[in-house]
Amino acid sequence: MIQNILPAIYLLASVGFILAVKWMNNPATARRGVIIGEIGMLLAVIGTLLRVESNFAMIFVGIGIGAAIGAPLAYLMPMTAVPQLTALSHAFGALASALIGTAEFYLRGPHGFTMAALSLETLLGYLTTTASIIAFAKLQELMPTRPLTYPGQNFVSLGVLAAAVVVGVMMVAGTPAPWMFPVFTGLALLFGILLVIPIGGADMPTVIALLNSYAGVAAAAMGFVLDNKLLIIAGALNGSAGLILSIIMCKAMNRSFTNVLFGAFGQLQPVAAGKTVQRPVRSATPDEAAAILDSARSVIVIPGYGMAVAQAQHKIRELYDALSKRGIDVKFAIHPVAGRMPGHMNVLLAEADIPYDKLLEMDEINGDFPNTDVALVIGANDVVNPLARTDKTSPIYGTPILDADRARTVMVIKRSMSPGFAGIDNELYYMNNTLMLFGDAKNFVAGIVKELAGAH
Amino acid sequence: MQSYEFGLYVFMLAAFLGFELVKRVSPLLHTPLMSLSNAISAIAVVGGILVTGDKDATELTRWLGFTAVICASLNVVAGYLITDRMLKMFRKREPEKK
Repeated sequence: MIQNILPAIYLLASVGFILAVKWMNNPATARRGVIIGEIGMLLAVIGTLLRVESNFAMIFVGIGIGAAIGAPLAYLMPMTAVPQLTALSHAFGALASALIGTAEFYLRGPHGFTMAALSLETLLGYLTTTASIIAFAKLQELMPTRPLTYPGQNFVSLGVLAAAVVVGVMMVAGTPAPWMFPVFTGLALLFGILLVIPIGGADMPTVIALLNSYAGVAAAAMGFVLDNKLLIIAGALNGSAGLILSIIMCKAMNRSFTNVLFGAFGQLQPVAAGKTVQRPVRSATPDEAAAILDSARSVIVIPGYGMAVAQAQHKIRELYDALSKRGIDVKFAIHPVAGRMPGHMNVLLAEADIPYDKLLEMDEINGDFPNTDVALVIGANDVVNPLARTDKTSPIYGTPILDADRARTVMVIKRSMSPGFAGIDNELYYMNNTLMLFGDAKNFVAGIVKELAGAH
Repeated sequence: MQSYEFGLYVFMLAAFLGFELVKRVSPLLHTPLMSLSNAISAIAVVGGILVTGDKDATELTRWLGFTAVICASLNVVAGYLITDRMLKMFRKREPEKK
């Protein structure tokens, strides 16, 4: 009986997943999408359970443990930790695919096309697992966020990958010898580590999106191994979502995949002799900054990763309220790669209750800067560096930036003059219409808010 | 047509559909999109259930399947809940304040 309705259940679940992704295109329908996605998932799991022949207890205990860890994780985690959690969940998803592939290998010892799919599933699964764990460690700052490099690094990494592929092909082409699968697994795990170690913090949005894509493709490959179309569809949706996001991230940094993965971007640039002179900057105090904001008619706030680190989003919301109340037009300019994952800034500002129609993309807002009184940069650096437009020798040349320098006055909240993740100096700080506001983003914004309240 | 051949067509069409749909997602929602798509691909839990519950399962494959069920169901639960928690925060106009 269940054998006959199960395909229909899987079909319905597929429709649910497709609608879930479709409704994500608009904040107004997105929550509906989550619900239909959940229904699809529930249907698929119940249908599958009805088909299972043995080991019910073990399956229920497994689901129970997963839910018992997952639910508190989702509710208790602060929004600033979203990139870490995302990296961790890619690790879990990929590990699940890899383990199922391993079990299938020892259970049925498939060959031909199925074995090829199984090899792809386990290769991507295991490498994404370790890569995501390293990404997690870097985002959580358990590891240095600057790239770790050594001579011959790309040669070693690609050598490990090539060895894994060779063993994989040997397993598909003939009867696998007992040593092959464990060696294959080890090489895949090792490659994942080697892949992410040389990648710097600022490139994390691309890498997280790419790992998201890999986890999806691993799930789709599992669909081929188990001959399950629902898995193929869900995996393909996730795979293409991750791929598009990583392409968007690469474009926003004017970089290629190869450059992100093997370029070890973000090491400190060796300072050229003669350029080490301390150049003068103008700085201001919170009350001076408050006075300038008070007399402005339009303000654009440019948040960056520094805002997330300082947890300044709630204070920024207070500033937004104080300025809006005075009739000042306040907007937010969000660079696609601001933060540590795609959309990171939007989530933080939405959490602080800033209406999402005030959060504008780069292309929408860049034309507004010349008519803006104040551009307030909070914790962003490389995404507002005018060198990207002017200096052909700069490593960030050609990167699309937010044109903060074109505003009448630029104010930059920053801890010190240290360079950003790209490791290069920022011309913006030395301009005549720029004021540096040195200090912790949260405290400084709080100071401005206090001054504004007092002046009223 | 072989089953896997059929599967390749399904994969190809689903991937194109995914591209078309995701292209329309506003950058505003890129983070929730990622957590949602991660939750969706946690449908791997189905594979875990099948492997664990297989009547030919050996001790090894059962435990591998069991671990996979834990990982995948963790992702299902955490993925959907966190997506919903994030989406709840996106509001167009400020709520009325007293």
